[in-house]
Amino acid sequence: MIPNPAPATQTVEPILSVNNIEVIYDHVILVLKGVSLTVPRGGITAILGANGAGKTTTLKAISNLLHAERGEVTKGSIVFDGEEVQALSSNLLVRRGCIQVMEGRHCFGHLSVEDNLMTGAFTRKDGAAAIKADLDLVYDYFPRLKVRRTSQAGYTSGGEQQMTAIGRALMSRPKMILLDEPSMGLAPQLVEEIFEIVKKLNDEQGVSFLLAEQNTNVALRYAKYGYILESGRVVLDGEAAALRENDDVKEFYLGVGGEGRKSFRDVKHYKRRKRWLS
Amino acid sequence: MSYLHSIFVAPFADMADAPDFFLQVVWEGLVSGVLYALIALGFVLIYKSSRIFNFAQGIMVVFAALTLVGLHENGVPALLAVPLTLLVMFVLAVGIERAVLRPLVNQPDIILFMATIGITLFLIGLGETIFGGANKVMITEQLGIPTGSWVVEPFGGFVSVEQKDVTAVVGAVLLVIALLVFLNKSKMGRAIRALGDDHQAALSVGISLSTIWVLVWFISGIIALATGIVWGARAGVSFALEVIALKALPVLMLGGLESVTGAIVGGLAIGILEKVFEIYWGQPLLGGNTEAWFAYMLALLVLLVRPQGLFGEKIIERV
Repeated sequence: MIPNPAPATQTVEPILSVNNIEVIYDHVILVLKGVSLTVPRGGITAILGANGAGKTTTLKAISNLLHAERGEVTKGSIVFDGEEVQALSSNLLVRRGCIQVMEGRHCFGHLSVEDNLMTGAFTRKDGAAAIKADLDLVYDYFPRLKVRRTSQAGYTSGGEQQMTAIGRALMSRPKMILLDEPSMGLAPQLVEEIFEIVKKLNDEQGVSFLLAEQNTNVALRYAKYGYILESGRVVLDGEAAALRENDDVKEFYLGVGGEGRKSFRDVKHYKRRKRWLS
Repeated sequence: MSYLHSIFVAPFADMADAPDFFLQVVWEGLVSGVLYALIALGFVLIYKSSRIFNFAQGIMVVFAALTLVGLHENGVPALLAVPLTLLVMFVLAVGIERAVLRPLVNQPDIILFMATIGITLFLIGLGETIFGGANKVMITEQLGIPTGSWVVEPFGGFVSVEQKDVTAVVGAVLLVIALLVFLNKSKMGRAIRALGDDHQAALSVGISLSTIWVLVWFISGIIALATGIVWGARAGVSFALEVIALKALPVLMLGGLESVTGAIVGGLAIGILEKVFEIYWGQPLLGGNTEAWFAYMLALLVLLVRPQGLFGEKIIERV
């Protein structure tokens, strides 16, 4: 394990800290082997890595959705907003202000876009007027949703569905959103649009974000801090700007080789692991 | 030739000859159709929100009716017995959620289906222990349901309409409207529909599974009580009532497992068609008693043509 030094800028208590968690699926499959990370209040932090590295599992461990897939956190602790949360149901966690937007959007296909948004307000107790005000706020951020608000969500485009999913999460008045693969299946232009909105929400509403992304390039441009996951371990972390300049990150995730184009034959297959451990 | 005539011509000629009798038949069919629709509605709600095929819906009808009558026999006034029975159904819903659904969450569908068979057996036992196995008479008059009948005279003939049937139909319509408004306009109703669409996503936005399940089973309990009162008023309250729940199966196949509209239309269609078939084709040609199988044959035919049922939800998927 490489210890994760706390980011230098962080002076206040982080909104989320994950301490050395281990996740096991079906009692036998060890997926996360001690992952630690922190998200500062008001920060955007990215978890990067290839398929199967454990990004989604990390997010689901935090939001407590693992149970539905027979996974459980067996070691470590998760502290959200000063409180240990691994024993809380997702319902209680959403009440405390931490909500996940799942990979692949997961809109309620047969519900209208507006009904989808309103389901996000399920846990709220502050009255219809406040909820209505937030609905208008969501429509301000996503004008396209206002146009499509009576269509069945299943028939809207991928980008609109992603917007619906993020808007739905916003309706719960979260302090923090766990955003899983927002770029999945979207055109590059739309990806930029979604990330711009994420940044705007972060600036204007003070929502902290923890996002899992395969699109390292985009993620590192919008995030302030990044963790790179490989086979259930954090192998590298640092300020986003520093990660962008890191040779390994460039080579493995950004597709820029250090010494120009290389033949695949030249890359020894143990090189990757050796580099990370050095 | 004469055989074909008796299948394709004679029944329609009979209908045209005695339209008042035909209306009577349709009305009778409609009333049993309303009951099938109510039972199917209970199924649909539970299936939609938890993908559980609730075999226990039939026994819930019996249990609710037995509780109502049993309470009244023990000296509870009829109008107080109704809310008390609802309370019992609520406790039952909470109990089922705690003892059966929660421990079995994420198990394969078939295990949950088996569990509902378990619930059925448990309720049969419990009902017999508390209220005895004897048939009972529904407390129709005590509930203020009129028992007389009206005679209308269309086409110069006459059709007799029992007032309790009219009450049943009106009551069922009101119940369905209330349910639809609840599902479409309220926060909880929206959550129920959301849960039916995408379990994981519903969890992720903080919808509490246990709250919704208790709610859904309780609503099914309310529907069961309504069905129990109506059916009990026609046929008495006994465990044989449970069998009518099986009639809900063809209704569901016809209407689609997820569709509230489907349950209603399917129920009415099967109720009316089986009655009309029995009177005009079954009795003269097949020796009668076709009501026992007609619905299943119809469902089979529908399944061959439209496996998702007439109103089954189209699967919307976008890649």
